[in-house]
Formats: sequence, C-alpha cells, structure tokens
Amino acid sequence: MSVPDATGHFGRFGGRFVPEALQAALSELTVAFEEAMADPEYRAELARLQRDYSGRPTPITVAENFSAHCGNARVLLKREDLNHTGAHKINNVLGQALLTKRMGKTRVIAETGAGQHGVATATAAALLGLECRIYMGEVDTKRQALNVARMQLLGAEVYAVAAGSRTLKDAMNEAMRDWVTTVDQTHYLIGTVGGPHPFPYLVRELQRVISTEARQQMLDDHGALPDYVAACVGGGSNAIGMFYDFIPDESVKLYGFEAEGEGVATGRHAATIVAGSPGVLHGARTMVLQDEDGQTIESHSISAGLDYPGVGPEHAWLADTGRAVYQGVTDAEAMDAFKLLTRTEGIIPAIESAHALAGARRLGLQIAAEDPEARPTILVCLSGRGDKDVATAFEYFGLPGVPDKTVGGMA
Amino acid sequence: MSQYTDEARLGISGRVVSACLDAGRPALVGYLPVGYPSVADSIEAVTAITEGTDGRGVDLVEIGIPYSDPLMDGLVIQHATAKARARGVRTADAFRAVEAVAATSATPMVMTYWNLIEAYGPDRFARDLAAAGGAGVITPDLPPDDCPEWIEASDAHGLDRVFLIAPSSTDERIALTMRSCRGWVYASSVMGVTGARAATSDAAPVIVSRARSVDQGLPVGIGLGVSTGDQAAEIGAYADLVIVGSALLKCLDSDGADLPGDLRRLRTLAADLAAGVDRARL
Repeated sequence: MSVPDATGHFGRFGGRFVPEALQAALSELTVAFEEAMADPEYRAELARLQRDYSGRPTPITVAENFSAHCGNARVLLKREDLNHTGAHKINNVLGQALLTKRMGKTRVIAETGAGQHGVATATAAALLGLECRIYMGEVDTKRQALNVARMQLLGAEVYAVAAGSRTLKDAMNEAMRDWVTTVDQTHYLIGTVGGPHPFPYLVRELQRVISTEARQQMLDDHGALPDYVAACVGGGSNAIGMFYDFIPDESVKLYGFEAEGEGVATGRHAATIVAGSPGVLHGARTMVLQDEDGQTIESHSISAGLDYPGVGPEHAWLADTGRAVYQGVTDAEAMDAFKLLTRTEGIIPAIESAHALAGARRLGLQIAAEDPEARPTILVCLSGRGDKDVATAFEYFGLPGVPDKTVGGMA
Repeated sequence: MSQYTDEARLGISGRVVSACLDAGRPALVGYLPVGYPSVADSIEAVTAITEGTDGRGVDLVEIGIPYSDPLMDGLVIQHATAKARARGVRTADAFRAVEAVAATSATPMVMTYWNLIEAYGPDRFARDLAAAGGAGVITPDLPPDDCPEWIEASDAHGLDRVFLIAPSSTDERIALTMRSCRGWVYASSVMGVTGARAATSDAAPVIVSRARSVDQGLPVGIGLGVSTGDQAAEIGAYADLVIVGSALLKCLDSDGADLPGDLRRLRTLAADLAAGVDRARL
C-alpha cells in the first residue's frame, strides 16, 4: 500500500519525465497535497462538497435483470453516474480545485476527451471562482459539441487543439505547453491517474472514495466482499478508485477492461496494457501504444473517454504484479452491453462504463461455463451516465429518431 | 584559457565550447530537425548552417528527432516535425545527419525526447550515435536523477549528456543537474515552449549567474527565443553557448518548394548569428 515511492515510481513505472521548467511546480504540488491531506479542515471541506454538492455516497444498485444475462453471476453497480455532472470525474476535480485555492493559484486548465472531465473542471471552477480553460482535441469538440456548450455555459474557455491527431493526447500536450508558460498562477488539473508524479498518486487518492465507500457498502448491505470488481480503463481513474481499497483483499479479483475498438488485430483500438509496450508518454513511464521507433500510435475507440494511447502507471504496475487482470472489450461488445443495461435496468450507462459491463457479463458467462455451481458476485463501477452518448448510440444502432406514431393531428 | 579545464566534465562538446571561449567568444549552437523538409534536404540544411555565407557558421549542431508528442515545442518546430513524420522520417535518419555534420568543421549532437531513445534501446542508440561521430545528446524531458540506463550508456560510449535547467529550478536541482551533465548545461531562458521571441528574456542573465554560482566547472548555454545576431551578441556577452532553433527552422518555410532560396536565407542567418557571437565580448 506504500506505492508510489518518494520519486513517484510504481515498480518500473511512473516517474516524472517532464521539462525541467515543470519540476518545481510538481514538487510544490506534491508537498501541497500532502499538507492538505493532513489538514482536517481541507478534508472536512472536501467531504462536505462530496456530500452536499456531488451527492455522495453514491449507492450500489443490484442489477437483477442484467444479471440474468450474465450466467450465474450477481452483478452490482457502484453508481458513480449519479454524481453531480454525471460521472466519477467530479471526485478528483473537487479535491484538486480546493487544492488550487490552497496553493493561492487563480486559474485552472484541463484536458478533456469526451468532455466529462472538462465539464467537471468547469463546474468546480464556477463553484470556487477560478478562471478556467479547457483543451480538447478538435476531433473531440466535434464529436462532443454538447459538452463544449456545457463548459462554455459554466464560464470556461474551450480551446480546440488542431495539432497531431487532434484528440485527447494532443489536448494533454497543449495543456502542458500552457502550464509550462503560466505555472505561477495556474494549476493543471489533470483528469486521470496519468502524467508525471504526483498526479497518478494524487488523483488516485481523490478517486479512492469510490472503493472506500463500496467496500463498506458491500459489507454492510450485501453481506460480504464481492468476488470480482470490474471497471473500464482508459487513463484509468475510475478503475484505480474502484480497485484501490480492495487491493489488500486477496479474495477479491480485480478486472480492468480496456477499449479494444474494432479489435486488437485491426490495429484500431485503445487497449494499452493488453497490446502496448513499456515507454514514456506524458511524463510517466507506463504502457504505451507506440511503433518500433517509440512514436505514439493513435488510438481508436467508440468511447471518447477511453480513446487514449497511454494508461496510468499504477495500472501498468498492477498488471505487472498480476494483482489486476486487464482485458479488451470491443466497440461491438460495449454497445451490446450499453443496450442491454438500458433495456433491462432503465439505466443508460456511459459508453466508457459499458465496457466494464460487457467485461463483467463475459466474465459471468465464462465462470458459469467453467463452474456451473459457482454463484459469483461482480461489482461493476458504473463510472458515468450515458446522456452524452445518445448521439453516438443513435448513429451506432441506426435509430431514425422519429416517433413510432403521430396521433391527435387533424386529417 | 577559459575557466573550464576539467576535460572529464567537458567531454567532447564542452571542449569545443572551451576552445571558442579561448578565442574570445561564446559558442554558437544551431538546432534543426532531421527529416524536414525531407531527410536529404535537412542534411543539406544542417551542413549549410555550419558554413554560413563565408565558411563561418555554428560551432555545434543540435539535430532534433521528430516526435509524435512534442510537448515542449512551439508551433514552428511542431509543424516541421509533424511534416517530417508524415514523410516517414525514422530515428536512424538522425545518424545520417550526424555523419554529415561530423564531416564539417562543426560538432554534431542530437536533441530528442526520451521515449525515442528508450524505444531504440539506450545502449544501442549511444553506440550508433558515437559511431556516426556524434558528441552527445540533449534530453529535454529526461530527469537527470532518474535515468541510470542513460548514464550507463552514455558513459560506455563516451557521449556527452546535456540536461536542462530552468528559471524555476531550485539551487539544489541546478547543482544536481549540472553534476549529471557532461559537456555543458542547457539553460532555458524563459518559462515556456520553443520559439523566437522579439525581446530576449530578463531571466536569461539570472539563470546563467545562478548556474555559475552553483557550479563553476561547466559551460552554460542559453536557449529558447534567440533569433538574431544582435540577440546572440547580447546573450553571448554572458552565456558560454548561444542556442538558436526556431529562427533557423523558419528559414526553411517554403517546405522544400524553394530549397535553394531557403538555404540562402539559412546561410545568411547563420552568418549573422556567427557575427553576433563574434562581437559579443568585444
């Protein structure tokens, strides 16, 4: 439980591979976060915001109907989709925004892929009176125009990044360039457990509330720890938050599901741990999708939030040690699960979270085939709600978007 | 005699700097990426900046290797390196450019984001660079306290290793970085990305004097934002190396359409910069 070490390493992963100009700010952030976490006032203020603003604790819902499609497994959902702004992202953002104020900085910047982290950051900036600029790949601003408008309504500036592949990784590059120029007044509010130390550690500690709550809820309300815990992994912030307090529980198996896009064999995927190799990207040594020269390969996923060619270094380490298992889930499998949960439970999941649902379902069916007597409990992190994905689902399922029948008109 | 006499610390490139200082001027360093506008054209360009218009150009050439995620570069370098990558440049092409520069009177070095060396294999990279006649590598995103494999590889193949310091660096960090360098230390004069700036930074003399007060044994280069002979003269009055990048690259902005014209402008700028460092300490 002591990882990372003082220099930010999780085994052979992690570290701080950034321009020297940022080293001082990262050291300052490391100290400021340690001090904040040791300060009862900071923790009380964060707890108050989590409860009164975000709506924590989030419940666990037993998905009886969905479970019927998962062999003999009982599937439970940790409902991060019920947070304010619709996803787990707010957990991290509230903590870092409070930290920004503590450090005396007046401005936050952030990268965003699908827009969830951007919306959460813009939300916290509005609440706490911080100036806010969001960097978003130009491709993503077009895929997620609604979230661009939401961020602007909240008072944030949105910059579309037209460099490189024009997606999340390029938004991160641009945010780093902004930060190196403005670091005196600006905090870079990274949205995932990636980037240079202390971010993977800091974001984990702020997302850890998911598993702290879930573990207790399982014991109090469901009689036992789950047999399996499942989460989707892009950068990996919901997954690390969902895994972390279960890591010492050896009976609990941890499964991370990466976006396999159109399949690993096609090369069009975002399955970094499953199909990548060790390298350095965005300030950390981790698993990376890269060519033989070390150039980053563009990732592909139907889910903008998982469409990233790197992954948090702690996940790379958990994979190395075998404590967590990582598998791919294709676009098609995720969209099937998206539809299934929506129809059986009346919950529209984010397509990101649908990857975890698809993985859990596959796991349940596999266990039923191998051991028909087993009655496993699978706890899935439903990291976000799917309102933002309705347009993608429309297109994917070829829905016409017209009413079934028009009534009440005059002939 | 320059103040820098410890040959073990000076390595190959530091000795070049020391010789320039002995001649009463700072060393001039020019950066260009390999592969832009094409590999062959970029090799002509790196050769041109060593010659200027009348045989006097840069003393050291920094050959950049294009990378997919150049997070400390401004638009000029981003755009050129993106085109170079789209045209298929590979890591090994840098060694061809190094060989070409090694055949001139100037000394070649490589500047690269770390992941490209990690993917090539640090020892193999060091071996191939040394074989091509390279003096060493500038690594802008490699922390000097977290790269045992690079220290080992650069030692094994006798290469210089140049790390960066910045206005935000603490004295402890400057000391550690300079201790880890061989050749010289690269001081970024501004908090920001690469690119020419109209005025030189107020922070430039401060970072140089801070570096000197921490460690007198290693030459200090100033980079980021230098674009004219006058700026080179101004900075060269106190820095041991004057580093120019984006301004040189801008000379190639016809993207190969008018290479002879671009090379003429490149030679003219190199000559102007060389004249600038010549008058820096008069």
